[in-house]
Amino acid sequence: MSDDSNPNTRHHTLGQRLFQFLGSMDLAITLLLALAIASIIGTVLQQNQPYADYLIKFGPFWFDIFESAGLYDVYGASWFLAILTLLVVSTSVCLIRNTPSMIKDMRNLRTHVQSKSLRAMHHQKQWSVDADAGNSATILEATLSNLGFRAKQTVKSDEILVSAMRGGMNRLGYILTHLAIIIICIGGLIDSNPALKLAVWTEKVKVHDFATKTISPKSYLAAGTKAFRASMIIAEGRSSGTALIAMKGGALFQRLPFSIEVKDFRMEHYKTGQPKSYETDLVIRDDSSEPLETTISVNHPLFYKGYTIYQSSFEDGGSVLTLNIWPLNSSAGSPPVEFETNVFKNSDISWGEQNLGLEVLSFRLFNINPDPTDDDPNRQRNFGPSFDYKLRKDTGEALEYTNYMLPIKRNGREYYLSGVRSSVAEPFGYLYLPVDIDGGLTHFSHFLQRLHDENIVNDIAHTMMTETLAEINNQDKKLEQSLQETLTMLVTMFVEGGFASVGEFIETTLPEAEKETLGPAYLSMLREMLSRIYLGGTLYKYGTDDPEENAKIQQAELLFFQDAVDAVSSLSQYGSPLFLELSDYEHVEASGLQVTHSPGQPIVYLGCAFLIIGVFLLFYLPQRRFWAIVKANNSGTDVLLAGMSNRNPREIDLFFEQVAEQLETATGNSETR
Amino acid sequence: MTINSVNTMYTGTSTPMARWSWRGLMALAAVTLLVLYSSVFDSYEIGIVILAAVGFSFLGQNWSGFRQHFVVVTALSFFAIWLYGQDLGLAESNFFLKYLISSQSAFMWMSALFVMATFAYFAGLFMRSSFTEKVGSALTWSATTMGLVGLMVRWRESYLISPDVGHIPVSNLYEVFILFAVITALLYLYYERRYQTRSLGGFVLLIITAAVVFQLWYTFGKGAHEIQPLVPALQSYWMKIHVPANFVGYGTFAIAAMIGVAYLLKSWQQNINPQGLLANVLPDFSVMDDLMYKAIALGFAFFTLATILGALWAAEAWGGYWSWDPKETWALIVWLNYAAWLHMRMSKGWNGNPMAWWAVIGLFVTLFAFLGVNMFLSGLHSYGEL
Ligand code: HEM
Repeated sequence: MSDDSNPNTRHHTLGQRLFQFLGSMDLAITLLLALAIASIIGTVLQQNQPYADYLIKFGPFWFDIFESAGLYDVYGASWFLAILTLLVVSTSVCLIRNTPSMIKDMRNLRTHVQSKSLRAMHHQKQWSVDADAGNSATILEATLSNLGFRAKQTVKSDEILVSAMRGGMNRLGYILTHLAIIIICIGGLIDSNPALKLAVWTEKVKVHDFATKTISPKSYLAAGTKAFRASMIIAEGRSSGTALIAMKGGALFQRLPFSIEVKDFRMEHYKTGQPKSYETDLVIRDDSSEPLETTISVNHPLFYKGYTIYQSSFEDGGSVLTLNIWPLNSSAGSPPVEFETNVFKNSDISWGEQNLGLEVLSFRLFNINPDPTDDDPNRQRNFGPSFDYKLRKDTGEALEYTNYMLPIKRNGREYYLSGVRSSVAEPFGYLYLPVDIDGGLTHFSHFLQRLHDENIVNDIAHTMMTETLAEINNQDKKLEQSLQETLTMLVTMFVEGGFASVGEFIETTLPEAEKETLGPAYLSMLREMLSRIYLGGTLYKYGTDDPEENAKIQQAELLFFQDAVDAVSSLSQYGSPLFLELSDYEHVEASGLQVTHSPGQPIVYLGCAFLIIGVFLLFYLPQRRFWAIVKANNSGTDVLLAGMSNRNPREIDLFFEQVAEQLETATGNSETR
Repeated sequence: MTINSVNTMYTGTSTPMARWSWRGLMALAAVTLLVLYSSVFDSYEIGIVILAAVGFSFLGQNWSGFRQHFVVVTALSFFAIWLYGQDLGLAESNFFLKYLISSQSAFMWMSALFVMATFAYFAGLFMRSSFTEKVGSALTWSATTMGLVGLMVRWRESYLISPDVGHIPVSNLYEVFILFAVITALLYLYYERRYQTRSLGGFVLLIITAAVVFQLWYTFGKGAHEIQPLVPALQSYWMKIHVPANFVGYGTFAIAAMIGVAYLLKSWQQNINPQGLLANVLPDFSVMDDLMYKAIALGFAFFTLATILGALWAAEAWGGYWSWDPKETWALIVWLNYAAWLHMRMSKGWNGNPMAWWAVIGLFVTLFAFLGVNMFLSGLHSYGEL
């Protein structure tokens, strides 16, 4: 570049040209739109999901391309930060370049204009007055001042120029708006803590992977002045001084300069059942001051020594559950067995030869669901406490269960409800265990035991066989044995596979010709067996002297029997040899808190204030300039008035007319009078 | 005609007498409220009352339509509240409530009137009948009145359900649709009076009608009109100012886009047939151009305010003033888009068809931020779900 020495030519140095480019409007608009498009990508593609999800969604080819483009964390990607930086630089350059002239423009009344340039203006007017030039100029100046203009006279050789301006602060609007962008970006940058990202990158700090057991000391961050946004989950009665910062591939542990104890977590509901409030009673302790007891809730965080503590979520804190374990597939002993466990606890249960792992997943105090028995599908009802667990077999397979503590009413009868599913993606299938006349499971369990007791089943089959054959007068020994076997087999089949396997047996083993007649016969034999097994147990045990009352009770027992048979029939799909009845609980909750430290926040807020003030100044305080040149003529004075606005010209059309009219009236136009 | 102050010259048609009585009325209303409720108002509410009084004085001082609107809305709302007493059940039995001013009936009236107004404006435009266009204006005013009365009454109804359920009706999609219709119509009426042109009414009312039709479908399809209590995340005073500020933005962007449509139609017709109807009845290009700029500038200012209020709220509710949540991000996208539009116009001096097209596209961007995010993307703003 040879013309370095001559800055006045149209050729500039590389630096100057770069400066020009950075401050150019084209670049600014391009960057604004680029940022908008990048943001669109970031919202359309869900951010920061597990990588495996993306791999499944896009396939290996696109997965790699998207990954290298940083599309899974757009707002943290280097190219996104580069656009932002460039925007800040561009805005700064623009500001540096324009501010001096803007400030000058804010104050300068422009006293050097010529009548030629006034005549060239779009808005202008001329008239003549009788008063002399000096008086006219003074009247014009005073009138303009009254209208809120800053006005000034400049006496030239043969004329007087009155310059006036209103809305000079409009220029300040430009400065504030653009300064605000820079300030906000700087504040945001401070709060995104780039130093931490750098430390992770250079491995000064190590992200803890939850798959590894030991935590490296490099995963802890000392309490300090840096920005962070971290979360804590603290059970009632516990306290903690370390918060978790979620990072790609794991987390970091942020030490706090104080400890937080959770005294109590509360959740309140509206009458309709929707949640109304979540709040936590906290005690904050640090070395230097008295413990602080306070309550936070959603939308009402605690501000403490530059840190902010928010209510963000809640979960179970290890509630204590007392269970009654009822066997579902044995004839043994007198149930149930009492068992105590906690939410999140895994325990082993040996049951006969089977070893089962019981993993308690969660406990819910309320279950507010649409009531299936209500006509209005929107009506919600509280179904009471429930807990979820998994039962894991030796083989590693597990089924997930959800059991309700309180019986559920259906068609006027009550049932214990237990849902089962094999994967999270499926809906629950439900088992309904009927509640007996004593309000518990004893009678059902008794029935079940009798069904599993070979001796009882054989005895009853024998009696029934004898009675049946006596009826038809049969003496055939072979038939005797085959009938006895059939009867016991039907019961066994039913106990193992319910009506479904009995039906399948009829479908697959009976000859086609006999299906029509034998099928229903088998089913009625089975029913008779079941009721005899049951009758020998408890049915019609509760008679009274009053025949009407008696009939009612018998009806109830009959229904109970049918429910019990249905329940047994569906047990084969239930997949568990046990039923876990929740008999008591002690609810322990954990409060989910978020702790943040944002030293950049006041800076960002300052920027926001600038932005708002600036934008309103820019739009609603147009800068308007008026000039009047008064010049003596033969009989009096000629006035030449012109005006302009820095907004679009139309904006001043009417305004100019009206100001001109007032000035004319004030000075007294000699021609119109 | 003598004019005493430049302040009134541009916008003013009201006499000083009218202006001062209006300001006096607003001051009186504010003072009455503050005295009556001094024991229950917190400083935030005192601030709102004062700002509202100042705002309304300002809006009404030279705009007689607004003054009448305000008085009628207030009277009808108080009438409905008085009729209700403490018994929400009267909505089904009292004649006035059932057929006129229970919130649900008022919204039905609003919807019908907006649809009628659209037809009237277009009929006036095509028949070149300024009377019919005036009918359009009157219908729009009535619709806006019913909509606002409905919102006021709904506010009261929510408290009648139960004091802890009570809240300002800007908390779900159903309520904000009405807010959108009302605010957009009011903004349009302001420009209509200021620019003395009714030929754009049909275009603007078209988008309001679209919103109303969507709203009706939504109401009957999903039972969305029922008043629901607020989830904890929405129980914040920020909501009351954040949401309306946003809708001033949405409303003006919608107006700008519809003027853009009119602009493009006129320019298209001028090319093929300069004697055509649209080419002659629609306002000058420069007027429409100016209106588009005015609307977008106003919207941009309020949208800036709303986004900042949102950030302040987020800082209090979510633990950070900015989380790149989809709704937040889309607000930024809308904002950047109009910032670019304004730069193009201010400093590159673009105007004409490209800017009109851009204003129309801007509406789609805005629409996505308003509805699309709730429909297609998940995030922290999940309460407005369809
Ligand atoms: C995120 C970045 C930016 C935002 C949000 C922004 C916003 C605005 C707004 C709202 C206006 C007012 C438009 C109007 O008067 O109608 C404006 C004007 C302007 N902007 Fe920007 N701006 C940004 C970046 C830039 C940059 C990088 C430049 C440098 C080229 C720039 C140069 C200007 C100029 C020259 C004006 C006109 C000022 C005037 O004479 O009224 N802006 N800006």
